[in-house]
Amino acid sequence: MGESSTVLSLRGATKRFGGLVAVNELDFDVTEHEVLGLIGPNGSGKSTTLNLISGSLRVSEGEILLRDQLISDLPAQKIARKGVARTFQLVRMLPSMSVMENVMAGAVFGHRRRWGREAERQVMKMLELVGLERRAAARPSELTYIDTKRVELARVLVGDPKVLLLDEWLAGLNPTELEEGIALIKRLREEGRTIVLVEHVMDAIRSLCDRCVVMSSGRKIAEGPTAQVLSDPEVIRAYLGEDDA
Amino acid sequence: MDILITGLLLGGTYALIAMGLNLQYGMSRIMNLANGEILVAGGFAAFWFWTAGALSPLLTIFILAPVAFGLNWLIYIIVLRPLVRRAKSRGQLEVDSILTTFGLSFVAVGLMLATFGGDYFSYSYMLTPVEIWGQTYAVNRILAFIAAVVICGVLYLWLNRSRAGMSIRAIAVSPDSSRLVGIDVPRLAALAFALGGAITAVGGALVSTFLTLDASTGVIFTLKALVIVIMGGVGDVRGTIVAALLLGVLETFVARVIDPGLTLAAAYLLFILILLFRPQGLFGRRQS
Amino acid sequence: MKSQEYKSFGTALVLLVIAILLPWFVGDFAVTLAVNMAMFTVLATSWALFSGPTHYISLATAAFFGLGTYTTGLGLDHLPYWFLIPLAGVLGALIAGVIGLATLRLSGVYFVIFTLGLAEMTRQIITFVQNATGQKGILISIWFEEATFYWMLVALAALIFLVGWLIGRSRLGFALRIIGDDEEVARHSGINTALSKVLLFMIPGAVAAMTGAIMAPRYGYIEPLIAFTPMLSFQVVIMALLGGTGRLWGPLVGVIPFSILWEFLSASFPNQTTLLLGLSFLVIVYLLPQGFVGLLLKIKARFGGGRGY
Repeated sequence: MGESSTVLSLRGATKRFGGLVAVNELDFDVTEHEVLGLIGPNGSGKSTTLNLISGSLRVSEGEILLRDQLISDLPAQKIARKGVARTFQLVRMLPSMSVMENVMAGAVFGHRRRWGREAERQVMKMLELVGLERRAAARPSELTYIDTKRVELARVLVGDPKVLLLDEWLAGLNPTELEEGIALIKRLREEGRTIVLVEHVMDAIRSLCDRCVVMSSGRKIAEGPTAQVLSDPEVIRAYLGEDDA
Repeated sequence: MDILITGLLLGGTYALIAMGLNLQYGMSRIMNLANGEILVAGGFAAFWFWTAGALSPLLTIFILAPVAFGLNWLIYIIVLRPLVRRAKSRGQLEVDSILTTFGLSFVAVGLMLATFGGDYFSYSYMLTPVEIWGQTYAVNRILAFIAAVVICGVLYLWLNRSRAGMSIRAIAVSPDSSRLVGIDVPRLAALAFALGGAITAVGGALVSTFLTLDASTGVIFTLKALVIVIMGGVGDVRGTIVAALLLGVLETFVARVIDPGLTLAAAYLLFILILLFRPQGLFGRRQS
Repeated sequence: MKSQEYKSFGTALVLLVIAILLPWFVGDFAVTLAVNMAMFTVLATSWALFSGPTHYISLATAAFFGLGTYTTGLGLDHLPYWFLIPLAGVLGALIAGVIGLATLRLSGVYFVIFTLGLAEMTRQIITFVQNATGQKGILISIWFEEATFYWMLVALAALIFLVGWLIGRSRLGFALRIIGDDEEVARHSGINTALSKVLLFMIPGAVAAMTGAIMAPRYGYIEPLIAFTPMLSFQVVIMALLGGTGRLWGPLVGVIPFSILWEFLSASFPNQTTLLLGLSFLVIVYLLPQGFVGLLLKIKARFGGGRGY
């Protein structure tokens, strides 16, 4: 493997909602093939940051670059097409369509636009990856919660994104499902995918993330290898009163 | 100057009409497209009481208000609440309530046609002129304006000072949070809807003193009320009043200076401009 | 899926042939009724192409219809009738595009209100212009037999069904279904939601305009009140929703019974047609939210297998 390059950069990204500064001059880079954990207590601005990267929200100040290309001034659909894919905190399924069609949505319009037989092949590949190849014809209403999460994951992966944003993807899972979920993301990591993981589940962070960025009240308070960051006194202070997941 | 005052007089009455819709859409979240028909019905009632019993419209409204309140309450409970319950999203509720209130408006027009026929009706009430600042105005318009101001004022105070009023404003902002603080959302939504209907009917009675109505003119009033409510910002009382006054002046201006047949086009043009440049209205909050 | 498709195609062709041959087998009154049905089929099906997937209720049909009628009325002295029809279509598409760009980024409610006032406002403006220029109405000098109108409309209907079928299998059709399910997901999947909606809205705009252009000679005398009947928009909405927008043939299923009912009512109780409109809306919302199509699918699901992918 040659030199790893920077996939995503945030330079002084700031988001204000009236008087409230949700994200305050955030600077960090995401390197290719790494799994970056974005952690911090509730309300620290992690989800807002993901929203800024994916284009759901516009930055008030600062820049976000995807491989040296400015994306912070683009609408969400353009950012998606350039290869930034995200999941949502509350899983969003397309209720009137089958699992297959749900994943197709990502294949047809995403980073790699495919159609017809080729698209279907990619979709089946992804369904195999997440373990749902036998449920291609099912409706979202027939699936368990973790299965809908798998569908959403397949949908964001099928377009072959440059960077994957997972917004508390492991939330709401029971211990067994959690193990399966962590294993799945581990597989993605082994495939060399670039992932930004927003999580509260500390076990997951420890086992999946090479590096972490810690936020508190909109600012970055620590950045570095996971073990180092998690034993940083200031990080522990920020989490004081928070239960470890 | 004359245009200004006439416009303001008209606008004041419009404010009352739009207020009814504002309560129904802003607070109960029901886009009531039958609003204009309620207005016409109120006008019919005033006409009937005046021509049959020589009862002044200003007194008729005291009978009209509770009757319209009750009727609208029933409509909400029987026809609209099932939609609120079964709607899975706010967008779905809006579509359903649009179609339903359309249905109701046509049914109302059909019934009015059957009962009163398709003729225009108007009557002379207080047509005596009065001089203000060197120009003459009809007393009926002034009386209607004063009545509108009084009612709007009372409503404003009630919404901002009384507990029930503030609860209604709360459910306009966030029904879920309101529920959490113990506000009985379904009951208050029904209350807001019924109140809105009563106010619209009263507005209709007042308007009938100086405008000509017939069974089919409801839709024009609905459109105007919609323009006012959206222009002023949904759910905002002051915005509605300001927007109504603006519309009244604009309409009077267009009618006098350009052509009386273009009043609706002018209102509509204003609507388009607002939608394009400031969809949240003059005072509204930007919806996320 | 291939055999299923051939079956549908076959059925459609048979129905088309029957439709074309109809005027030779029925009396004059039936042909007149058939003209109305064909017209509403064209309008309702093209309406459903947009409003079905996006759930935006458009009441602009009357406005575009009037536009088409006036295109023929004003243009007949200078251009041939056969040219005016596609011209009306182009004009309709352009104006629909402009309206779409302006209003489709707003919520559904504002869109409905906007389209509600469109016909009224257009009518007011044209009346004003007519009063100002002194010209009262426009007399159309050409005339066709009822059957000719019927065949023109059947041809247009066939075209729309073809276009609808093609869109259903295309990326645009898929994009619109996704938008209808969850616009946020659509956007984050890379779909330009605004553009998709605008493109699609141009279809009913163009079609309604063409229909108006075709029908102009049938009215003989064009006046704002005739060209811009607001009832038209409501009738189209009801027929499409009654039949159901879930399938391409849904609106057709709504058009046939409703037109017959309407004909009957306007002949016997002309003042109660408004009442019929109102009751139909209520029936649709409370009893048939997915139209007849939805009802049929539910029955099918109960007795047969569900449809697979």
